[in-house]
Amino acid sequence: MDSQLPIKQSFTKESLKKKFRLSEFLAEKIISSIAFLSIAIIFLIFIFVFKESLPLFSLGSDAKAKTEAQATTANKPESYGASSEELKPEVYGAETTEDLKPESYGAETTQELKPETYGSETAANDDLKPESYGDTPKEDLSVAPADEMMNEASQNQEGSDKTWSTFFSTEWVPVSDNPRFGLMGLLIGTLKVTIIAMLIAGPLAVLAALFTSCFASKRVKEIIKPIIEMLAAFPSVVIGFFALMVLASFFQDVFGYDSRLNAFIGGVAMALAAIPIIYTISEDALASVPKTYTEASLALGASKWQTAFFVVLPAATPGIFAALLLGVGRVFGETMIALMATGNAALLSANPFESVRTFAATIGSEMAETVFGETHYSVLFFIGSLLFIFSFALNAVAEFYVKGKLLKKFQGK
Amino acid sequence: MNESESHFFSSKKSNSEVKGKIFIGITQLAVILIIAILFIILGIIIYQGRTKFSWEFISTFPTNGMTEGGIFPALIGTFILVVVMSIAAVPFGTITALYLTEYASENSKFAAAVRFSVRTLAVVPSIIFGLFGLGFFIQFLGAGADTVFNDGQLRWGQPNILWASLTMSLLTLPVIIVSVEESLKTIPRELREASLALGATKWQTIKKVVLPGSVSGIMTGTILAVSRGAGEVAPILFTGAAYYLATLPGSLSDQFMNLGYHVYIMSTQSSDVEKTMPIQFATTLVLLILTLSLNVVAVIIRSRIRRRAK
Repeated sequence: MDSQLPIKQSFTKESLKKKFRLSEFLAEKIISSIAFLSIAIIFLIFIFVFKESLPLFSLGSDAKAKTEAQATTANKPESYGASSEELKPEVYGAETTEDLKPESYGAETTQELKPETYGSETAANDDLKPESYGDTPKEDLSVAPADEMMNEASQNQEGSDKTWSTFFSTEWVPVSDNPRFGLMGLLIGTLKVTIIAMLIAGPLAVLAALFTSCFASKRVKEIIKPIIEMLAAFPSVVIGFFALMVLASFFQDVFGYDSRLNAFIGGVAMALAAIPIIYTISEDALASVPKTYTEASLALGASKWQTAFFVVLPAATPGIFAALLLGVGRVFGETMIALMATGNAALLSANPFESVRTFAATIGSEMAETVFGETHYSVLFFIGSLLFIFSFALNAVAEFYVKGKLLKKFQGK
Repeated sequence: MNESESHFFSSKKSNSEVKGKIFIGITQLAVILIIAILFIILGIIIYQGRTKFSWEFISTFPTNGMTEGGIFPALIGTFILVVVMSIAAVPFGTITALYLTEYASENSKFAAAVRFSVRTLAVVPSIIFGLFGLGFFIQFLGAGADTVFNDGQLRWGQPNILWASLTMSLLTLPVIIVSVEESLKTIPRELREASLALGATKWQTIKKVVLPGSVSGIMTGTILAVSRGAGEVAPILFTGAAYYLATLPGSLSDQFMNLGYHVYIMSTQSSDVEKTMPIQFATTLVLLILTLSLNVVAVIIRSRIRRRAK
């Protein structure tokens, strides 16, 4: 013991201090700054998606300059004698798109997914094609009096006020003489699909999770869980394709409705995408209910199912709620399935068997046709920022509110 | 346990017993239904795709306006996409996970913010990444690089494989972070402490002890990310995917064809959807085989890691 004393004494405050090493210091700084990157990405996403939609919010000098430029271009045709060919590209520029972005987006081809290209042709066909896509050529080609054209053109570019006022209308006619960006039709379409998908996916996934965590034996559990989670590995384009090729025809045969692709098909397909998310998170929530709860309930004489239904399920409610929220987030922003299976016509009706158009699908199908800086382009980015804010908020609620509640519950208030 | 109880409380219980059976039956039905749907999808796609599925289909170019031939360029495009994506995402994801497990203290606000961002990244709709890629990579970085280095000539300021890959890497970042973090947590504390006690510094410990121990975790993360990146289409819709290309991409500033995008355009915008149906199913089959097999591998590695943890 004595021999150790001198060593002990040699530990002064100085010697106990960590030695400063440059490499250590650098490593730590680099690693934490790279970790910072994921925070930065979130901000960047918001800034850059929102930035592109900014022109909608300002009637600043930029917009005015555009108005003038537009007015002069619109003026030009007058001197040519208002040749219809001239008018079209300069005002709404299908051609300009191609010039700016060669072959890149396969400009025309992206046009529209006409819901009825294959399969049964029905009378509903006409209803399905949103007027928007039809009327561009018609109206442009009709030799409008040049000054009228000029007025309209400058009105369009007057930007924010007019665009804003159309937001709350129901018509989504982005490409026309008088573009209207009615988001209501899209909102209703998105909500319709989301509700249908959640009505299917929610109960199915939660019940399956309940079975897995409360009733299944350990062996069965080890088989079921990976298989259901395998559904998450299905790319959404595959699910969309399956819905488009197989489900759509199948359900049409069963129910006999008119439009082959509709909100219901889209909802069913999206439910497939949402099930694994809801299942995994609610299974986690159910599994994290303390064992003491279950044991206490069983000891009091409750049967297994009573314990599961009246004890475990209520205890895990916040977690299941979070799972459902994230499921909604997934469905709300799902693009490929919406593009392929919902028919893509912004119709306003409560009928689940009619085509709808969702926010995400609108961005996906129209972004390729827009010109950089155009109002339509900005509106699509604006929709994008709405989607981003929405999914961010959902996640934040799921994260903070629900977690706080869960912790409170399990730690005894 | 249930049976013995019912002996004791006899008739009163029988009603609830039936209810219980029905309830359990319903939950069981939900599981069976989900699994059945999964296998139905798989079955139909395999059944419909098998006729066209062959080595020739995988190794030849599409011909005759994409109504015949194979999917070789789409496969190669997808391959390049996931490779570039992994090169960008794996180091960043691994380092972020290292920070979260090794450096961040438990109550650090910063670490909590990082965790929250990672989870947010995981739930942001994929189309938003596409918009971000267009706004940030193409319009901002790409166009900026063109004005600085290229005298304003359009080279990087347009959709190409680099921007598509980077966009995809943002999308797959959380996948990598989560799996690496999980595997780092399974490395026993004692190993780290032993290394530190022997006089190794923190960075040396990480380099020599922690990282080698988490190789399998990094692999799982990479495989899952590749599986995800190979299947996602929305982010590359307007950041680089092309309808049809006669040649393979030669540089990072070229556009590329992609399996998922191929399925999408063939089934919605092809000139003759009926005729190309077998091609579509076969392409979908290839895509599914790719993503599912990668996923199975990842699940197997991961279950090994978990077993180690126990």
